[in-house]
Amino acid sequence: MFKIVKREEMAQGTVILNEVEAPLIAKKAKPGQFVILKANETGERIPLTMADTDPEKGTITIIYMVVGKSTALFRDLKVGDVYQDVIGPLGKATHLEEVGKVVCVGGGTGVAVLHPITRALKEVGNGVTCIIGARTKDLLILEKEMEAASHELQVCTDDGSYGHHGFVTEVLKDVLEEGDIQLVVGIGPVPMMKAVCNLTKEYNVKTLVSLNPIMIDGTGMCGGCRVTVGGKTKFACVDGPEFDGHEVNFDELMLRLQAYLEEEKESNDHYCNLSNA
Amino acid sequence: MADKPKKEKIPRQPMPEQESKVRAKNFDEVPTGQSPEAAMKEAARCIQCKKPACVTGCPVGVDIPGFIKLVKEGEFTQAITKVWEKNSLPAVCGRVCPQELQCEEVCILGKKGDPVAIGNLERFVADYERQNKKAPPMEKAAPSGKRVAVVGSGPSGLTVAGDLILKGHDVTIYEAFHKPGGVLVYGIPEFRLPKEIVFSEVAGLEAMGAELECNAVVGRSVTLEELFEQDYDAIFLGVGAGLPRFLNVPGENLVGIFSANEYLTRSNLMKAYLFPEYDTPVIKGKNVITLGAGNVAMDSARTALRLGAKKSRIVYRRSRDEVPARGAEVHHAEEEGVEFHFLTAPTKFLGNEKGRVTGMEGLKMELGEPDESGRRSPIPIEGSEFELECDLAIIAVGAGPNPLLTQSTEGLKLNRWGYIKADERTGKTSKKAIWAGGDIVTGSATVILAMGAGRAAADSIHEYLTLGW
Ligand SMILES: Cc1cc2nc3c(=O)[nH]c(=O)nc-3n(C[C@H](O)[C@H](O)[C@H](O)COP(=O)(O)OP(=O)(O)OC[C@H]3O[C@@H](n4cnc5c(N)ncnc54)[C@H](O)[C@@H]3O)c2cc1C
Ligand SMILES: Cc1cc2nc3c(=O)[nH]c(=O)nc-3n(C[C@H](O)[C@H](O)[C@H](O)COP(=O)(O)OP(=O)(O)OC[C@H]3O[C@@H](n4cnc5c(N)ncnc54)[C@H](O)[C@@H]3O)c2cc1C
Ligand code: SF4
Ligand code: SF4
Ligand code: FES
Repeated sequence: MFKIVKREEMAQGTVILNEVEAPLIAKKAKPGQFVILKANETGERIPLTMADTDPEKGTITIIYMVVGKSTALFRDLKVGDVYQDVIGPLGKATHLEEVGKVVCVGGGTGVAVLHPITRALKEVGNGVTCIIGARTKDLLILEKEMEAASHELQVCTDDGSYGHHGFVTEVLKDVLEEGDIQLVVGIGPVPMMKAVCNLTKEYNVKTLVSLNPIMIDGTGMCGGCRVTVGGKTKFACVDGPEFDGHEVNFDELMLRLQAYLEEEKESNDHYCNLSNA
Repeated sequence: MADKPKKEKIPRQPMPEQESKVRAKNFDEVPTGQSPEAAMKEAARCIQCKKPACVTGCPVGVDIPGFIKLVKEGEFTQAITKVWEKNSLPAVCGRVCPQELQCEEVCILGKKGDPVAIGNLERFVADYERQNKKAPPMEKAAPSGKRVAVVGSGPSGLTVAGDLILKGHDVTIYEAFHKPGGVLVYGIPEFRLPKEIVFSEVAGLEAMGAELECNAVVGRSVTLEELFEQDYDAIFLGVGAGLPRFLNVPGENLVGIFSANEYLTRSNLMKAYLFPEYDTPVIKGKNVITLGAGNVAMDSARTALRLGAKKSRIVYRRSRDEVPARGAEVHHAEEEGVEFHFLTAPTKFLGNEKGRVTGMEGLKMELGEPDESGRRSPIPIEGSEFELECDLAIIAVGAGPNPLLTQSTEGLKLNRWGYIKADERTGKTSKKAIWAGGDIVTGSATVILAMGAGRAAADSIHEYLTLGW
């Protein structure tokens, strides 16, 4: 049993932060790694990246967007409640080295995944520019934390309610124009990562993305998380979740993420009916 | 001299089963179990051979005539104690051993008629004990003060744990999944092996003092070096052969194409058949193709029927004679309406604009010369292209070793396919104080062979803990 010791609502309650007691995982986890959580006996196994860890306190922090039944179930857990199962750390850690100038681009809850990676890239000596975006000002998360984790932060909103009016890719283009960028890390919704990669390809700048296919075990035994990278099938849970974005087949990933659309709706309706009963 | 009265010949007692039309729509166990009378009648068929061939056919050497005699006499509790001497999971083995290739194949009665139904009897005594709980617990040796870590809770790991607990050692089992049992829980479906049986076996181990740590992915959550630092004296690796093989044909990543591991894990371990009461979904195909013809393929094709498929087909590149599944499973699958397409192999999967599978393209095969495995290898027939429609395809063409643990462990020697090299007799690996057994050493095999390897390793570990490496 893994107790929730802190809970915060962000972005008008659509994004939730949980700090969870998991001492062994907190001790081992590195930036870029994820955990799988299961709320209760009947629950689904849901992968979420660790946005932070506190080895001393023995806790890990997850930040997730409420999108369907399982994340809705997570949202309804209060401080003192428990996750029945937390498994990890899973996946490969981010390869951290000093390369020079780095740009970290995050969208939506992808910013939560990007946060520990950004901080670590800065710690190993890179010059880090950060670009984060959201649909509108109220949905923006972790602005202060990202500011602290990088040397320079730029913010965009699709509706212009805050920061630059437009997409993260527009700001990224300006930064790339200035030249001398060694690495881009792009994490967010699949269409955003695809757009970032299309842009950085033009400038020939190496780009890392973190993929979020549907997973079950997270240990390489089901193949459900398979993605095509450089024309080869990879298992995102053990070979990733980070890959060279210029090699990723994003269109296939998008289709595979739709696999359970009908079932997800049925599941969510079932849950709403139960909660309203 | 008067003629000896001729003994009335008792026919092999049938195992009662759910009717095929009914059971193809539910997840309840197919064979419903024998009555004590039927079991005693079946036991009376055994002629108590002086040199029982059946025992040589059993990989762990169960005293078959010994326990059967006790069944015949109605001494069911003594019978289970007899079976336990060699086999700690009889309720499982009675259900899933390929008896027709093992104990029952060589039973003397099989020469002229039907062999004794050894598997059914083993199942009977185990079920009887689970329901009545009369057998005295096995005796535990005095505590040795030694600690053993068992990685993986499949049949090999459970056997090692059970044996070493009895010998007085402290045992902790580390399991990557949130539930113990290995393939018995995530792979083999409820209708063939009710999960309650496996959990009751594990609960028995825990009652004897074994510790169980689920959600522990050894190699990631904790490494073998770290386990030794935690003062374990020995480690057993029974992590199975869990890496799914794919066909590497175009279109394989379309939505609606699963590895059998994923399909069965969703359905069994995550209970997708109870969706939406359970949250994990699985795609419910109407027209399903399963590639392969082993136990895993039969389980997949039969699960598909139970999840509502109108058509469930097995596509296999060899012929009926080469089918590797247990006889009973093929028979049950056919009864339930699974269709078999032999000597056919896929070359490509077809999909629609939503990226969902709509069918497969394939070629007909003919059999050539026998290969190293002794099986005749299939050769494609030119110009024999054909198409089959489907909305769900399950790939059940075998599994390999998962590199997650072996790669994180320096100095552990592997063979050229990536399985752990271990001494055949003792299970010792190339690394001091580490043993391995089951599918991670032999490749995908059987429950009873994994248990046999576990028993041998437990003996060797015990010897090491008392005498040294
Ligand atoms: C390695 C990894 C790390 C992740 N880290 C985070 C994180 O830090 N924060 C976070 O908010 N999310 C993260 N995700 C995504 C998260 O796992 C999904 O949002 C979650 O599984 C959705 O479950 P649900 O039952 O609430 O929604 P569902 O009812 O399953 O789905 C609702 C909608 O979300 C889409 N969806 C389903 N599964 C996924 C998925 N795996 N990824 C993206 N969309 C999906 C569906 O197409 C559907 O439209 C991560 C995923 C992976 C694989
Ligand atoms: C669908 C299916 C049907 C089958 N039907 C039959 C049958 O009818 N009869 C028969 O005799 N055999 C059958 N088999 C084969 C049989 O189940 C296996 O040979 C047997 O289970 C192997 O046992 P094992 O102990 O080696 O490993 P497994 O049963 O594979 O168990 C290994 C365990 O180790 C865990 N693990 C793996 N890696 C790690 C790690 N790094 N850290 C911690 N834990 C880990 C796994 O999660 C798993 O629980 C079937 C197999 C399948 C897949
Ligand atoms: S363990 Fe298997 S092979 Fe041995 S007697 Fe029992 S059913 Fe037969
Ligand atoms: S070979 Fe058959 S008849 Fe002989 S002891 Fe074994 S089970 Fe009985
Ligand atoms: S989640 Fe099963 S192999 Fe990656």
